[in-house]
Amino acid sequence: MTPFLEIILLTLRVSGIALACATVLGVPLGALLGLTQFRARPFLVGLVYTGMGLPPVVVGLAVYLSLSRSGPLGELGWLFTPAAMILAQTIIALPLIIGISMTAVDAIDPAVRLQLRSLGTSRSQEIFGMLLEARVGVLASVVAGFGGIISEVGAAMLVGGNIEAKTRILSTAIVLETRRGNFGFGLALGGVLLSLAFSVNYLLMRLEGGRRGRI
Amino acid sequence: MFLILLGSTLSACASSNPEVLRVATTTSTYDSGLLDAIIPEFEQEYAVEVEIVAVGTGQAIALGERGDTDVILVHAREREDAFVAQGYGTQRFAVMYNDFILVGPVADPAGIQGLPLATEALKQIAVKEASFASRGDDSGTHTRELELWAAAGIMPEAAADWYSALGQGMGATLQFAQESGAYTISDRGTFLALEEGLGDLEIMVGGQSIDRNTDPALRNSYGVIPVNPERHGDTASRLAAQFVDWITSPAVQSEIEEFGRERFGQPLFYPDSQAWRESGR
Repeated sequence: MTPFLEIILLTLRVSGIALACATVLGVPLGALLGLTQFRARPFLVGLVYTGMGLPPVVVGLAVYLSLSRSGPLGELGWLFTPAAMILAQTIIALPLIIGISMTAVDAIDPAVRLQLRSLGTSRSQEIFGMLLEARVGVLASVVAGFGGIISEVGAAMLVGGNIEAKTRILSTAIVLETRRGNFGFGLALGGVLLSLAFSVNYLLMRLEGGRRGRI
Repeated sequence: MFLILLGSTLSACASSNPEVLRVATTTSTYDSGLLDAIIPEFEQEYAVEVEIVAVGTGQAIALGERGDTDVILVHAREREDAFVAQGYGTQRFAVMYNDFILVGPVADPAGIQGLPLATEALKQIAVKEASFASRGDDSGTHTRELELWAAAGIMPEAAADWYSALGQGMGATLQFAQESGAYTISDRGTFLALEEGLGDLEIMVGGQSIDRNTDPALRNSYGVIPVNPERHGDTASRLAAQFVDWITSPAVQSEIEEFGRERFGQPLFYPDSQAWRESGR
């Protein structure tokens, strides 16, 4: 396998797993925040919105310090492995997914909720029903999360180490090629990154649009 | 009133615009603080503003090739000579030197502590498959590392478990070595500057100071090259020539020698210009 292909596959693997983790955690949390009222809610919502603007490199630094040999999770031995990058990217994508899916669920007509309730649904069925209703917005949250991590470079560099054939992904490879003075190759890698992002986004859109017979 | 203020501010900004000389250099000269210590003097003397672009040697050379900088100050002799031979630069001038060292974890799993030559140590590391962190970024340090591996008759593969080609700067690579218990090759200056945070690493080959370095292959020479004005008309060739004259002058050379002595107990860079050598100091 060529190193080039290896980089693309690792990029997809790391960001794919991170996105899956962040979606599984983030969408239910977003729905919960969007559908329930409790005292700490404004505080949590504020936290989520702040998290959406968190500089990825700060996340990277925090993950780095936690996974460092002298850090609390050092014994995991995750530092400079794809696992560390997945962890960092999950944390970066999580607030985006929670925040946007929360807004999406929030925006659904309350009548829909009453209707669901009148059908005698359980609490989890109700949440699921609302998510289904808000699927366009939920999908947008996943797309935003994906966009936030696929091109991210600071955290990936810090916790992954940009090790050739081990933790080098497209974004860190672009930085490296730029520093090497291979501007043309860096730009070409940028093109690959863009088309990769486009393909994934298009696929996600098809997934949603297909059900509605659109796109 | 406001308009007058605005107008006078704008004209003040426009008129006080001094000439600009752009210098592309490697992170090692910049991160050590050397340039910040000596450049202001040049700026004052010649009424010029110096913009320093601190990047890897590879990128510094590429910037020179594209005419995006007026001078390069780098440390990869063969590539410097190629830069001049291909007509991108006018001439290479020796500026200063220091040395590389091989550092590694205190436990020294490859048993290389105190070996006289870096190639012998690298052979040991390869035989024991002890962790080794490579810059892997085409920098001057990385170029030297590859030369040393070649001299040792070994071609390390990036896919090997023990060899990690990071593609990162010296600081990040040393941090990686510290964290993962790996050996690496560093310029002495960067290692000294960061030593406090690198408690698990110590110098294996190269000695505690440059005069105790027993391996001539570890010498690290810095050269300055003005970018060829014929290739790129708008480069500030006059300023570039002045800069070269200035940095190679015996007075500035002795400032280079003094730099860092107080903080590290030894100079980080040693004067090496022709003018310095001829001055017989």
